[in-house]
Amino acid sequence: MYAQMVKSTGEGVKSREEMSPEEAVFQDRIDADVKIEPKDWMPEGYRKTLIRQIGQHAHSEIVGQLPEGNWITRAPTLERKAILLAKVQDEAGHGLYLYCAAETLGVTRDDLTEQLLSGKMKYSSIFNYPTLTWADIGAVGWLVDGAAIMNQVPLQRTSFGPYSRAMIRICKEESFHQRQGYDIMMKMAKGTEAQKRMAQDALNRFWYPSLMMFGPSDKDSVHSAQSLAWKIKIDTNDELRQKFVDQTVPQAEYLGLTVPDENLKWNEEKGGYDFSEPDWAEFFDVVKGNGPCNKDRLEARIKAWDEGAWVRDGLLAHAEKRAARKVAAE
Amino acid sequence: MSADLFEFLCRMGDNCLILGHRVSEWCGHAPVLEEDIALANTALDLIGQTQLWLGLAGEVEGKGRSADDLAFLRDAWDFRNVLLVELPNGDFGQTLMRQFLFDAWQELMLSALTQSSEPRVAEIAQKAVKEVAYHVERSGDTVIGLGDGSAESHARMQAALDLLYPYVGELFESDAVDQAMVKAGIAPDPESLRAAYDAKLAQVMGEATLTLPDDRFAHKGGRTGRMHTEHLGHILTEMQWLQRAYPGASW
Ligand SMILES: [Fe+2]
Ligand SMILES: [Fe+2]
Ligand SMILES: [Fe+2]
Repeated sequence: MYAQMVKSTGEGVKSREEMSPEEAVFQDRIDADVKIEPKDWMPEGYRKTLIRQIGQHAHSEIVGQLPEGNWITRAPTLERKAILLAKVQDEAGHGLYLYCAAETLGVTRDDLTEQLLSGKMKYSSIFNYPTLTWADIGAVGWLVDGAAIMNQVPLQRTSFGPYSRAMIRICKEESFHQRQGYDIMMKMAKGTEAQKRMAQDALNRFWYPSLMMFGPSDKDSVHSAQSLAWKIKIDTNDELRQKFVDQTVPQAEYLGLTVPDENLKWNEEKGGYDFSEPDWAEFFDVVKGNGPCNKDRLEARIKAWDEGAWVRDGLLAHAEKRAARKVAAE
Repeated sequence: MSADLFEFLCRMGDNCLILGHRVSEWCGHAPVLEEDIALANTALDLIGQTQLWLGLAGEVEGKGRSADDLAFLRDAWDFRNVLLVELPNGDFGQTLMRQFLFDAWQELMLSALTQSSEPRVAEIAQKAVKEVAYHVERSGDTVIGLGDGSAESHARMQAALDLLYPYVGELFESDAVDQAMVKAGIAPDPESLRAAYDAKLAQVMGEATLTLPDDRFAHKGGRTGRMHTEHLGHILTEMQWLQRAYPGASW
């Protein structure tokens, strides 16, 4: 999931008695699945939590261009190159929809960008892992977009109208991405010995980081409890992770690849797989900035922003000149 | 005839391939999100056009080479793109200036090719010209916006124009291949496009408050394959890596 450990009010969910009349009406609307629109009254905590979550999601789409962009110039065929270009272009578009959704809550895209670049806001931990071989591009589509979909499909029903509508548009494209990624894996897994090795290696490296995408267990988190009550979040992290594993393991088997988990076992009773937790210490290191690519990713975004300043200023100056000429002509 | 046509198609396709490669280097690094999207879109169109031109080139050649074989398994001396498209991206202004100088030519060329006596060429041109009409509008607007923008953006765009203008002349070079195309009614004489091109440049550079250099010296050698820049080898090293390292694999 592209939003991890999003903090809410931290105060716990208010009981009915504790709610002000406005808050009670607001909660009634949420409970009745009526969408909240930007002009509607909303608790300050709801607005702030959404900005954090949508912002983090948008940043993830933007930073997420980098690991895949890393292989565009080296894609092995013209068709694969075109598909990858289209995918990375889609991700930038997702970032754009999401920034627009966040803007309806009274924060600008530039504000959010500055918070990303200063390290104040995060993006998904997954994009701090490197893409080392072409199979990684397959694995990213299959696993990373796959995990994103797992989270985003329920978010189509989220309570905030603009976010929900952005998710509906995004989900359609994400499922394409996942299929294309799986298609790359299929070619590799059925290919030469070297390709098979690349495919297995990609799965080995991306499996646990993909499980981390859902975030640590949040069954006891006050933040998640509030987000669930507000329908900013629909499922718990553990529920989503379980669904992801249950969906992905048979796909790996079909590819003839081995999920790198000795404890992976079908559990008849729960109707799902038992599986090993990822190394959460590693996760917290990555979130703190110590992942394999954190520095490169942030540096690339800072460089793009700083070196683009003259372009943004130049285009703005031109727009102002044109407006002035238009006024002078009238 | 078919050798000349093959040569002509490689020129068309290689321009798209190499420029598409260069533009795709921007992915994720553009100054604004909208530009990231637009650059990826331009690169995507160019790679799509490459598939068509080189696909037809392979067919015309008749040796069973696919568009991918031509893209990934030829060495630099067999590439037929103009030098302009292999030049490094430089800053965003240089990239957009290069794009406009190319787009303005490509639009004229493709419009003429829609009337080609070779139906497969006309068909590709009809599809591509719609995409390129959009590219040239966009790159032209950006050149104008940045040229007639701030003092810094103006200075950068003028520097880009001065740097790149000597690579424009090659687009209008004409040789035996072109003459064969003219004779067969397949393609126009490149020289015949120059007047319309100059008019377009004068209009856009005028609005951009940029000065076109007087000197018409032209670097050339790319489209004939006589001599590329050193940059092409590096582009191919990167682009062809997987196909070269794992020969015969299917991707
Ligand atoms: Fe996305
Ligand atoms: Fe994504
Ligand atoms: Fe995606």
